[in-house]
Amino acid sequence: MTARPIDVESPPARDAHKLTWRAKLRRDRSLLLMNLPMLLLVLAFWWVPALGNVIAFQDYNPYTGGILESPVIGFTNFALLLQDPQFLRAMLNTLSITAFQLVFYFPVPIMLALLLHSIVSARLRAFVQGVVYMPYFFSWVLVVAIFQQMFGGAGLLAQLLRERGHEGVDWMTNSDTFILLITTQTIWKDAGWGAIIFLAALSTIDPNLYEAAAVDGARRWRRLWHITLPGLRPVIVLLLILRLGDALNVGFEQFMLQRSAVGSGASEVFDTFVYWSGLRTGDLGYGAAAGLFKGLVGLLLILAANRVAHALGERGVYSRS
Amino acid sequence: MTTLTSRPGRRPARLAPWEERPSPAGQLGKGTVVTLIVLAVLGPLYTIVLTSLSPAATVNRAGGLVLVPDGITLEAYRQIFSDTVVSRAVLVSTGVTLAGTLISTGVSVLGAYSLSRPGSFLHRPLLFSILLMFVFFPGIIPVYLMVSGLGLKDSYWSLILPTAVSAFNVVVLRSFFMNIPGEVLDSARIDGAGEWRILWRIVLPMSKAVTAVVAMFYAVGYWNAWFNAMLYIDDTRRWPLALILRQYVVDSNPLPAATAGVTGDAPPTLAIKMAIVVIAVLPALIIYPFVQRHFTKGVIVGAVKG
Repeated sequence: MTARPIDVESPPARDAHKLTWRAKLRRDRSLLLMNLPMLLLVLAFWWVPALGNVIAFQDYNPYTGGILESPVIGFTNFALLLQDPQFLRAMLNTLSITAFQLVFYFPVPIMLALLLHSIVSARLRAFVQGVVYMPYFFSWVLVVAIFQQMFGGAGLLAQLLRERGHEGVDWMTNSDTFILLITTQTIWKDAGWGAIIFLAALSTIDPNLYEAAAVDGARRWRRLWHITLPGLRPVIVLLLILRLGDALNVGFEQFMLQRSAVGSGASEVFDTFVYWSGLRTGDLGYGAAAGLFKGLVGLLLILAANRVAHALGERGVYSRS
Repeated sequence: MTTLTSRPGRRPARLAPWEERPSPAGQLGKGTVVTLIVLAVLGPLYTIVLTSLSPAATVNRAGGLVLVPDGITLEAYRQIFSDTVVSRAVLVSTGVTLAGTLISTGVSVLGAYSLSRPGSFLHRPLLFSILLMFVFFPGIIPVYLMVSGLGLKDSYWSLILPTAVSAFNVVVLRSFFMNIPGEVLDSARIDGAGEWRILWRIVLPMSKAVTAVVAMFYAVGYWNAWFNAMLYIDDTRRWPLALILRQYVVDSNPLPAATAGVTGDAPPTLAIKMAIVVIAVLPALIIYPFVQRHFTKGVIVGAVKG
């Protein structure tokens, strides 16, 4: 560890442009070395696979040639996709699940945050907060297992109903109510965690505003309407836009895990389609095309959403820091 | 939104002078809702833990999950841990979680620190390569081909390497590191410290909380991971707990005979199923209280500042 005076006199940010790249390489070699492990992982599991997407344009056969030798067939795979009723079903399911969750899941964390914020006793609030965050740390397998034990055909609810002489119900295998089931699961698992960001926003609202409103005669609900909600507005708008940008990502494990119980008609989404059409039937090029389609549309949606966020004066998530 | 660093969600515990007391009806309503929410989370856990601890007779009499305790036995747990399949899965999950968390946290801290110095050599393209991970996922199939191409199928590395770097965690760490005043780092540099020593002696001790939270996120991720294992691990002897959970608890299938131990070929009893669920939940519950108070600090700063 010898002192290197050049670093002291010229910290990276200030006159970086004056140095040649060799000098910069020399100066920053330890930083680059630190970056190396991450860079290697990103190269191996992001860049190379991202480039490997060329198989979407090939009649890919891993045995007789691989990426280099397989014949290029252009957009045939994509054309086939758009005629594939299974694929269209997956697209429709994905979009309707997003829409449904936007209406029935999105407001829940906000309401939960308002409720938590309104608890006066600090200890009680901390306790309830701790409890509602917890399921976020459970895996989907676990959540599905727990729901099965509660709402399945042999579950607690059916058991209690039978004891009272009613007929047992099985919510876990009913494809008509599947969208309701997964939304309930999402609320149970994620709503508490989702409330954190709104709680943070609530804590930044200036208490003087409340006092001024109270002096002016605004009671509880009016203060909620005229101060709290406008205070939350930027965060709500931002998250709403981002959710729209993320419309194609409805989760994956939740659907894979329950696919056999409710059938593919109700539970097929983009990601499960990629898995089944590509890996399970072995048509890798076709599956990759479906995955690439989803990735590119998703990318466009995210960029568009971020642009809208910026246009509305929000920070967006992918802004340059 | 820099004020977010001050503990979010906190406010003075007493009512402000101008605030009116809640009406009894309002209080009752709010109390009911809060109680229901807490019950919705803790209720299932309660009955699952209780069932896993109940003797077979109690479970049979209840005809399912046990709501009222009637004797406690560790029989289900004893069976699980004498059963080679489940106890091996617990070992696999534990090993993968420990190794993975160590690798992920180390790689992320190093990477995030190297990216926290704007103007350094290749800073922009390297940062860009991380930020791209946010907006585009290469797709399941190319990643799968890469993993099998590297010969990682049926190897524990396939459970760690493909998901070892989380762009989100790197960005969280990076924005925390960037908030450390430059003067502190400069003074260390004047005293002759190199980047490694600065990171180890100054930056990390100042970022214990956020590093702990990131490590916990990685740990929970590895413990819970199901998808990687489903894709890459065919050899049932190398299954992590998540796959056992799926096979044995969700689908109620007996475990594959070739690897089955004592309870392997018998249909799983409810108490054993629930004991597996409890084991799967346990680690998250144990670490959780220790890092919970750091959540908001670490996570939201990173999430909002990007």
